[in-house]
Amino acid sequence: MLHRVSKHVARILIMALVGGLLGATLVRFAPGFDVDERELDIRLSDQSKAALRAELETQHSIPKFYAKYLGGLLTGDLGFSRTLNRPAVELIRERFPLTIREIGIGLAVGWIVGLTLAVPAASLKSWPVTLLTGAVTAALLSIPAAVLALMFVWLRWPASVAIGLLLTPKIFAYSRNLLVHGYELPHVLTARSKGAGEWHVFFWHVLPPAAPQLLALAGVTVSVAVGAAIPIEALCDQPGIGQLAWQAALARDLVLLVNLTLIVTLITVVANSFSDLLGESLKRRPA
Amino acid sequence: MKTARSISIALLVVVCAASLLANVFAPASYSAQFRDVPDSPPSKTHWLGTDALGRDRFSRVLYGTRVSLLLAPAAALISTLLAVVIGGVAGFLGGPWERIALWTTDMFLSLPWIFLLIAVRAVLPLNVSPEISIIITFSLLGILGWAPCARVLCTSSRELRDSDFVLQARASGLKTTRVLAMHIVPNLAPILLAQFWISIPVFILAEANLGVLGLGVAEPLPSWGSLLRELQGYGTFVDQPCQLAALVLLVIVVTCFQMVLPSKEFAS
Repeated sequence: MLHRVSKHVARILIMALVGGLLGATLVRFAPGFDVDERELDIRLSDQSKAALRAELETQHSIPKFYAKYLGGLLTGDLGFSRTLNRPAVELIRERFPLTIREIGIGLAVGWIVGLTLAVPAASLKSWPVTLLTGAVTAALLSIPAAVLALMFVWLRWPASVAIGLLLTPKIFAYSRNLLVHGYELPHVLTARSKGAGEWHVFFWHVLPPAAPQLLALAGVTVSVAVGAAIPIEALCDQPGIGQLAWQAALARDLVLLVNLTLIVTLITVVANSFSDLLGESLKRRPA
Repeated sequence: MKTARSISIALLVVVCAASLLANVFAPASYSAQFRDVPDSPPSKTHWLGTDALGRDRFSRVLYGTRVSLLLAPAAALISTLLAVVIGGVAGFLGGPWERIALWTTDMFLSLPWIFLLIAVRAVLPLNVSPEISIIITFSLLGILGWAPCARVLCTSSRELRDSDFVLQARASGLKTTRVLAMHIVPNLAPILLAQFWISIPVFILAEANLGVLGLGVAEPLPSWGSLLRELQGYGTFVDQPCQLAALVLLVIVVTCFQMVLPSKEFAS
C-alpha cells in the first residue's frame, strides 16, 4: 500500500513540475515576452528603463526562469501580476475557496442528476425512459458551456449548478454503460431470478463491481469540472480561479498563467490519483 | 434508431450544402452593414433581422456555419493525424517509445482541455487579421486535441503489433515502415474514422466556447462562436428571438453528429 501511495505521490510531483515547465516554456516563447509596457512611460528615466530590461534579462533562459520561479514557489512567492497589480499568491488565495466550493457543488449536482438518470435507464430498459434520459443528456451535451453560463446568468440561477449540468451527460453515459453491463452479469441474473428486490440487487450485486470504474470516473469529472468552471465563472462574473484564468488569458498575464497551469495540473492529478488508489483498494478487497 | 440516423444524416447534408453555397443563398455579405436598420426584427429583406451593427443575421449565420463546419473537420483531421503519429507509431514500436507516448498523453489528459486552449490561445497574438485568427483557433484545436485519440490508437496498435499476421509479416523480413503502412494503418482505419467523427462535435463546441469568451475567430468574420457572443446582451433574445438562430443550428448539428456516431460499424 505504502509503495503504491509513494508511487502516486511521485507521479503527482513529476506531473506538476512538468506541467509548470510546459507553462513556463509556453510563456517564454509567447510574442512580446521580453517587452515591458512600462518602458513606454515617458516619465521613466533611462536608468529605470535599464533596470526593467535587466529584470527581464534574467527570464530569457527557460531553465533559469523556471528555477527562479520554483525557488520563489518554495518560499511562497508566486510572482507579481502586472495586470491586476497584486501578488499572484494573494489573488489565488482569495479566489481559491469560491472555485473549490463551486466545483464541489457542481460535482454533487452532476453525480446526483447523472446517477438519477442512469439507474432507471440501466435497470428498467423501457423505451420511454431510454428516450427521455437520452434526450435530456443529448441536449446538455450539445450546448456549449459558455452558452449554458449565459442562460444561468439570465435566469439568475447559481453558477455551480451549471457546472453540474455540464458534468451530467458524461456521468450519465459512463455510469449507464457500467450499470447495464452489471445487470447482465450471471450472478445478478441469478439473484433476480431468485426474487431478490430491485434495490437489494442494485446495492449488493450491481454497484460493487462497478465501483472501481465509477471512482475512476469521479477523478476524471474533477478535471472536467475545473475546465467547465473557466467559462462559467468568467461569464457569470464569479470571482474564482476560472475567472482569474480568463482575465489572465485576455490580458496575457503570463505570471498568473504559469501559476494557474501548475494549480490546475495539481488539482486534476491529485483527484485522479486519489480515485485510482481508492479504486485499486476496492478491487483488492476480498469478496 | 435507424430512422433517427437517416434524418440526422439528411439534416447534416442540408446544413453543409446550405453553408457551402452561402455565396448563393446569402442576401448580403457577412460584413455588409445596413446602418439604417440596426437590431431590426425579421423582414422580407432580412429574414433573421440584423445585429447591433446592422449586419444581415441570416447571411452571417450561413457564413458562420461554413467556417465552423469546414474547419472543425480540418482540426479533427490534424488531431487524428497527430494521434496516429504519436499513439499509433509508439504503440507499434513499444518499449520506451510507448511509455513516453503514454506518459505524454496522460500529461495532456490531466489538464482540462478548455484551460489548455485558453492558456495557449492567450500566449498567441490576439490582434491578428480574421483569417489568421481562424487558422490559429482551429489549428490549436487540432494540435491540442490529439491526446484522447492517441491513447485509443496506442492500445489498438499494440494489439495489432502482437497479432499473428503482423508477426508473420515481420518474420518474412518486411521493413518496419512497410509493416506500418501495409498492415497497421489500414487495420486502424475504422478506429481512426470513429475518432475523427467523434472529434468534430467536440471541436465545434470548443470553438463556440472560445468565441463567446472572445478568444476565437476575430470580427467581422463570423463563426458559431462569434455569433453566440450576441447572447451576451443578457435577455435581449426575448425581444429578438432570432439571436438564438446560431445556437439552435449548433445544437441541431451537434445532436445530429451524436445521432450518427453510435453506429455498430465503428465498433467492428
